[in-house]
Amino acid sequence: MNSLISVRNFNLYYGDNHALHNINMDIMEHEITALIGPSGCGKSTFLRCLNRMNDLIENVRLDGSIVYKGQELVNSKVNVSALRKSVGMVFQKPNPFAMSIYDNIAYGPRIHGVKNRSALDEIVESSLKKAAIFDEVKDRLKSSALGLSGGQQQRLCIARALAVEPEVLLMDEPTSALDPISTGKIEELTCELKKKYSIVIVTHNMQQALRISDKTAFFLLGDLVEMDSTDNIFTKPKDKRCEDYVTGRFG
Amino acid sequence: MISNRLERCIYHNVMLFLAFMATVFTVFIVVFIIGYVLIRAIPHVSWELLSTKPSYINETIGLLPDILNTVYIVFATLVFVLPLGVGAAVYLSEYAKNIKVKRTIEYAIESLAGIPSIIYGLVGMLIFCQYMSLKTSLLAGALTLTIMNLPTIIRTTQESLDSVPISYREGAFGLGANKWYTIRTVVLPCCIDGIVTGCILAVGRMLGESAALLFTAGFAHKLNGFIDALSSSGSTMTVALYVYAKEQGRFDVAFVIAAIMLLMSLMINYTAGYLSKRIQRKRLVK
Amino acid sequence: MKNRIQQDFTDILAKGIFTFLGYLNIVFVVVICFYLIISGIPAIFKVGFTDFIFGTRWASTAQDRAFGILPFILTSVYGTFGALLIGLPLGFFTSVYLAKFANKKVKSFVESTVDLLAGIPSVVFGFIGMLVLVPSIQYVFDLPDGSSLLAAILVLSIMILPSIIKVSIGAIQSVPYEYELGSLALGANRVETVYKVLVPAARRGISIAVVLGVGRAIGEAMAVMMVAGNVANMPGIFESVRFLTTAVASEMSYSSGLQREALFSIALVLFIFIMAINAVLNLVMKKRGKTK
Repeated sequence: MNSLISVRNFNLYYGDNHALHNINMDIMEHEITALIGPSGCGKSTFLRCLNRMNDLIENVRLDGSIVYKGQELVNSKVNVSALRKSVGMVFQKPNPFAMSIYDNIAYGPRIHGVKNRSALDEIVESSLKKAAIFDEVKDRLKSSALGLSGGQQQRLCIARALAVEPEVLLMDEPTSALDPISTGKIEELTCELKKKYSIVIVTHNMQQALRISDKTAFFLLGDLVEMDSTDNIFTKPKDKRCEDYVTGRFG
Repeated sequence: MISNRLERCIYHNVMLFLAFMATVFTVFIVVFIIGYVLIRAIPHVSWELLSTKPSYINETIGLLPDILNTVYIVFATLVFVLPLGVGAAVYLSEYAKNIKVKRTIEYAIESLAGIPSIIYGLVGMLIFCQYMSLKTSLLAGALTLTIMNLPTIIRTTQESLDSVPISYREGAFGLGANKWYTIRTVVLPCCIDGIVTGCILAVGRMLGESAALLFTAGFAHKLNGFIDALSSSGSTMTVALYVYAKEQGRFDVAFVIAAIMLLMSLMINYTAGYLSKRIQRKRLVK
Repeated sequence: MKNRIQQDFTDILAKGIFTFLGYLNIVFVVVICFYLIISGIPAIFKVGFTDFIFGTRWASTAQDRAFGILPFILTSVYGTFGALLIGLPLGFFTSVYLAKFANKKVKSFVESTVDLLAGIPSVVFGFIGMLVLVPSIQYVFDLPDGSSLLAAILVLSIMILPSIIKVSIGAIQSVPYEYELGSLALGANRVETVYKVLVPAARRGISIAVVLGVGRAIGEAMAVMMVAGNVANMPGIFESVRFLTTAVASEMSYSSGLQREALFSIALVLFIFIMAINAVLNLVMKKRGKTK
């Protein structure tokens, strides 16, 4: 398997605050990489740097390098729109737009120039199917997405991210606002999706990381303390701090 | 794909440009209005104009009666509207238990806020001038303005009453104070800033009002003391502006009044803004 | 003991007074409705309902009297619609810019100028319209007189700007930040995000702004009276016209008899318009409360 995103000596500063220290990481194709660590350790911030969502935060300075498919992302003049099309994102709180289910899914493709009605229909249907929500909503594609339950909304958001044909999916604690049943569905879906997509997921839930991920990276206070296969991280971590965290001694 | 990028680029620039131009245009309108009025008014401002009454013998115009009438009518209206408005707000926030009654009263207040001033003028004339036989007088005008400005006072007072923490009230009740005592000594003192803001906003509305006063307060330019003025017809600044501009063609005087009105509205905005900032800061401290 | 009784008494008295003051607002509305109806109905019957509402000729002081108010109704409708046609896009784009594109300094500066605009008395608008707009229209379109529906529409469109801008800014800003993130993460740029996600999400708030603007425009009297020319013509863009509001205001001071009664009937019609707008406003607000 190939490294899809390679991070080298990556640093991030909020003003004077050195928030991420010298991160080195390889994210592999068709794997689920879980980022774990206590709140405020910088894992969500790091995730945002992978599709340049960090551009939205003021007073941030980066150095080092993040290379995605031969493209340098750090401080470069990369085409952000194309990058985000290729590296999709799902957020903590389900955020369907205040429009119909259909328009939610069609939003991305429309932005990127798909105008043909039947092509859009096809994209909407296949995206909803990939996110395993098509059967639940196929009769009400024209009704508002805000009428769906939280779990359905989150799967809709995943479908929306898939509609622009990304290669990587970044998930920022996608289940933290959901009940256990919806969480189970999203986890199942995530495992299904890794056949076609590469996934990076930030989670506070260690069980979740253990259940779904192939690789796990443990962040602490802005350091990438340890990264290894999920099995190794949870059964024989090398670093003491990592061991304490995954066994629940702090965090 | 290239065409999509071009299309998006055009969309981006056009829509951003439209928003920017609209803003520039809006600012331009305001700056133009203020600049135009001030430039045309300044040559005609004189102490003479502001401190005398019009004289037919000397063929001079003075604004003193109009200025005084405005002060009188604002003062009289505040005297009426404050107890009525604050009282109604206290009822809505502190006493009203029945949600249907509360809704009905609030709907009534919204309706009052939506009625155009010309209709207030008309009904004020029917009720106060004719039915209550006050004739065209500042008092009739003040009573009309009272009903017009009730919604403003009620809304701002209610807002600040609702922001007083329940724990304050519970504290007073816990000490055995009855409801009225609690409201008087604990709740209302916390709302002074809100009530003052409401008054300032209401004063702004009163100063700018003309249609409601045309048929209720009339447009005489006589110089009167407060008590006499209440029972006689008198024009406020805005009504005087209308009369001088439209009926007498004295644009110079009209410009001076317009300039004074603009300055007043500037001051009112500034004060209201300052007060509401202070209220917000206080709430943060709580 | 006596003290206690006295206290209880003031407590009950206070409650009574406050309750009275609360209900008083309903009394005011009812009294206003009552007066408008009893003074407005007679003339409608004397003239005849269809002749009054659909009559196209108003000649209250002529030998051959006619009391048709269709010109006023249509003028008010056209004038309001026209003001919205200009004021809504201008206000909408301004509020979009202020809510999402402007930096803090620009925003607070422009917002304070908009506040200032809101505080300008309507006679000042009318006065400036009379001295600037009316002559310009006369010159540009080569008319005998510039006092026209067009002048009134332009003045009204500026007067409704503040309420449209303020309410729309609030509506756009209250759209959750997550919407913005979601759209940007799909590769949309900021402008696309604002117009295609945030604005649709704020449409209900913006529709409230529209209704408020309509209410303000249809009820405005003094500014319109100074620029619209005040002739009871059927509306045309360059025609000198009379609105419902100005029809009342311009003849009231010298009216008598049936003419005076007819003016009250006009006020009643205007009042019904306003009440309908209030009802719509209430409906929109309630709907919004439900979905949120």
